[in-house]
Amino acid sequence: MESKLGTIAAIATSLHNSSIGIIRVSGGEAVSIVDRIFVNKRYIHILKDMKSHTIHYGYIVENGHEIIDEVMVSYMKAPKSFTAEDTVEINCHGGVLVMQRILELVIKNGARLAEPGEFTKRAFLNGRIDLSKAEAVMDIISSKNKLALQSSVKQLQGAVYDKITDIRKIMIHEIAFIESALDDPEHISLDGYSNLLGEKVDGLLKEIKRLLNTTENGKIIKEGIRAVIVGKPNAGKSTLLNVLSGEERAIVTTIPGTTRDILEEDVYLDGINLHIIDTAGIRQTTDIVEKIGVEKAIKYASEADLIIYVVDSSICLDENDVQIMKMIKDKKCIILFNKSDLENQVSINELKNKTGHDHKIIKISAKDHTGIDQFKEIVKSMFFKGDISFNDELMITNMRHKSLLEEVEESLDQVKRSLDLNMPEDFYTIDLMNAYRSLGKIVGEEVEEDLVNEIFSKFCMGK
Amino acid sequence: MREKIDVCVVGAGHAGCEAALACARLGLETIIFTVSVDSIALMPCNPNIGGSSKGHLVREIDALGGEMGKNIDKTFIQSKMLNVSKGPAVHSLRAQADKSEYTRSMRSVLENQEHLTIKQAEVCKLLWEDKNSLSGMANKKIVGLETFTGAVYECKAVILCTGTYLKARCLCGEAITYTGPNGLQAANYLTDSLLSMGIEMRRFKTGTPARMDGRSIDYSKMEEQFGDKKVIPFSFSTDPESVQIEQVSCYLTYTNEQTHEIIRNNLDRSPIYAGIIEGTGPRYCPSIEDKVVKFADKERHQVFIEPEGLHTNEMYVGGMSSSLPEDVQLAMYRTVPGLENCKIVRNAYAIEYDCINPKQLYATLRFKQIEGLYSGGQFNGSSGYEEAAAQGLIAGINAAMFILGKDELILDRSEAYIGVLIDDLVTKENFEPYRMMTSRAEYRLLLRQDNADIRLMEKGYAVGLVSKKQYDAMLFKKKMIEKEINRLKNVKIGAGKVNQEFLFRHNSASLKTGTNLAELLCRPELDYNLLSEIDVDRENLSEDVIQQVEIEIKYEGYIERQLRQVEQFKKMEQKKLPDDIDYEKISSLRLEARQKLISFHPISVGQASRISGVSPADISVLLVYLEQYNHRGRGEK
Repeated sequence: MESKLGTIAAIATSLHNSSIGIIRVSGGEAVSIVDRIFVNKRYIHILKDMKSHTIHYGYIVENGHEIIDEVMVSYMKAPKSFTAEDTVEINCHGGVLVMQRILELVIKNGARLAEPGEFTKRAFLNGRIDLSKAEAVMDIISSKNKLALQSSVKQLQGAVYDKITDIRKIMIHEIAFIESALDDPEHISLDGYSNLLGEKVDGLLKEIKRLLNTTENGKIIKEGIRAVIVGKPNAGKSTLLNVLSGEERAIVTTIPGTTRDILEEDVYLDGINLHIIDTAGIRQTTDIVEKIGVEKAIKYASEADLIIYVVDSSICLDENDVQIMKMIKDKKCIILFNKSDLENQVSINELKNKTGHDHKIIKISAKDHTGIDQFKEIVKSMFFKGDISFNDELMITNMRHKSLLEEVEESLDQVKRSLDLNMPEDFYTIDLMNAYRSLGKIVGEEVEEDLVNEIFSKFCMGK
Repeated sequence: MREKIDVCVVGAGHAGCEAALACARLGLETIIFTVSVDSIALMPCNPNIGGSSKGHLVREIDALGGEMGKNIDKTFIQSKMLNVSKGPAVHSLRAQADKSEYTRSMRSVLENQEHLTIKQAEVCKLLWEDKNSLSGMANKKIVGLETFTGAVYECKAVILCTGTYLKARCLCGEAITYTGPNGLQAANYLTDSLLSMGIEMRRFKTGTPARMDGRSIDYSKMEEQFGDKKVIPFSFSTDPESVQIEQVSCYLTYTNEQTHEIIRNNLDRSPIYAGIIEGTGPRYCPSIEDKVVKFADKERHQVFIEPEGLHTNEMYVGGMSSSLPEDVQLAMYRTVPGLENCKIVRNAYAIEYDCINPKQLYATLRFKQIEGLYSGGQFNGSSGYEEAAAQGLIAGINAAMFILGKDELILDRSEAYIGVLIDDLVTKENFEPYRMMTSRAEYRLLLRQDNADIRLMEKGYAVGLVSKKQYDAMLFKKKMIEKEINRLKNVKIGAGKVNQEFLFRHNSASLKTGTNLAELLCRPELDYNLLSEIDVDRENLSEDVIQQVEIEIKYEGYIERQLRQVEQFKKMEQKKLPDDIDYEKISSLRLEARQKLISFHPISVGQASRISGVSPADISVLLVYLEQYNHRGRGEK
């Protein structure tokens, strides 16, 4: 019976500690949805004709031919699957970006992003999980939802949150205006309002599209591996950042730092989003402004998923390096032996002894771009081995926000269609309200009494 | 003195009348108590029935076999369909009533109703017994009631429709009287009896404007407001010809800065602003002092002067309810153009009264804890004649169904405004008298006033309040509608010269290929009657059938979208939550959700999902729990 509630999809594996990722699709439409995006090596859509419990090699394609990934797809017919519904699992490469793109494709083709714990819930409701496990199932649902909720609202960037709140304010005001006129037509008139609303909806659509673009860039929430570059002043940190971002200029955006001495960049390494934070050089100083910068660098480093320690090999290690070595003691860290093109004052062995850890040390020259590829390979392998982890809820949150924003866009488009068709005003609020509700889910707000409150507080009505 | 009877209805306002009539018509011996027989179906505030969304309620009451629509059709003096320039879902009838005629006519219906007795008496006490609960939450059972004189009426069900009478207090500035509306006697004892039964009481407030002597008003300074040329009746059983009567006018005027200044200068003498009023008032019909304070930037407010009846000079001053003292009232009214020399017949006043928090009720309007006790109207925390009548009818029907051992009647949010009204009352936290609004009905495209008969008459017939003849007429109408829609979808329209010429004449885009009549009807610039020119084989259909055909075709896409939403909604409504569910033991529910569920005790997962503070995750947990519960139950049996 639950399968009638629609087909759901989610990434079933952990996002970072494996080189294989699984996207699970469950529900009545599972086969036909995946069939639309999966072809065998001869580019034929074969899934619909396959028997249950078979596995197939082929490609996930977008627009019929553009290959996203080479995958194995397995098909389990209801009721012999985890959820007891038709289930298709796409085994793809484990890169975050790849999994995300495949999941997006599945959703674009008709599935809905699964709620936290929903596979388990369906498995239970469909009789797949023993009744005696009900308690455990309920616990899974509630704890997963709690986590998701926490990350969802918390991870929204302040500016995005404010924007959504502003858009919602405009929406509810327009809805309340129309509704108060419907409820009290003798006090409030809607003459000539349609044109005005048309302009407002155009404005809102523009804002929503802008927000959707930011989700494409992964910027609606701060996601990815937080990699912090530390080192003494002039060790070559900024050069490194420029090299890393410069090569991938097309998919890099800059968030202005909150202080003049912290710079943040997003760099994609084959599907891994590296959120790089360049910090002020660390040294003991009496300059107040610089001191603040240094303290900030230390703080960022302590919260980082990965520290990139840039050593200037052309000058001797000093007390500042000792301080940095303390900072990286219990962290995942890659040490870059920079300025290897100059005459060395520090040896790799000396560095190894001093840091005393198993940190990877790579010889590079940021200036000449040597060693950079090796650095990237190491980051990738650490990521896939699970050495570096990050909060994968973030990506899911981002996906959820994106699909909600798409709902908002669709609702606003519907308002536009109603306006174009010259529908009466009461038709506009139906879809405006849907848009308002979807936006409310992003910022985690219930809408129950919003409309009635807005009507009464903004519009004077009644006998 | 002791008497035995089936049902006791306490109060003879709009809720009480419907409740009593429903019970008596279903064959139960019924008695209706009122503090004054002369105040049966009294309209102590505005002189009209219907209005936006309230008109829907009246139509629904009628389709279920209630009386309000028929009574206003007999006694209206002006009628208007509101919102005609907007979509069909928000069209709403509103009629000005001849108040005393309305009362007289309803009283006559009650007096001539078989099995119904009218009794002038104040009910002071409910009689009840403890009940060993076998099923449900009920731990008490109603066995009768007692009046002020000590008379006892043993009965199987009591329906409380006490309106604004419980411990009522009227305020007009510093002058306070302990009476019900219009100076009628308050009911000062029943509250204590209810409290002793464990019922939670609260205090609400409402108000009404002054009535003027019509001879003192200068109408030449006001805009005259006429009724519709062609009047549409409320009741599906009223002959449309019988309502084409001569109508009277209302008048529109405005307050001004001078009015507002007088109000501002005297705010300290308003009982609300001086803090004398404890009750919570409704935001949707604010007093004029509220409007001036809250909407300070508005330069003027509308004032509607409406006749109270044909045989009285009294005029109702709509838009200016107030609890300011008499001298301030007079000064303030006299600043309004046309009211410069006005004489006040009755002062404006605010009224405070005891009522309940309706979350103590099931959607059948029965108290969860007390078998046989039902309630409706302002006692349930609503406001408005129509809201009251709707609840009275449902409470009456369900009390009767209980006694007769038949299925209860619960309308859900997708079936009727009445369903929305009652669901909101029993599921949401209401902090003010509840008024129906069209924005509260999420499926309003389906819940139109024009199709209330098609939506609800079957239920009215099943209950036994709608006659076979009426029901059959509705079925016939429904069949005609379906047939005609089907025909329109199948009549081919070619792209030939005659048709193109027709479209050109009506500013409609020409056809590239052939189409059908239904497609053409979807065009905003065309309607059913216009199409008759190119639809030569059409049958002569009645106007109400044509109207339904037109709406169903023109708005098909939107209507289908709502139907799909309703399907989802129904699934959750049908998942019933057992009475003996112990939310304390479901530890995966968040604390807030657990507390809310314990306090509301919803009957379905759908209802639970509408309680504020219950999240979608909590609903998932509930679904899992329910599955386990149902299996266990089955296993044991």
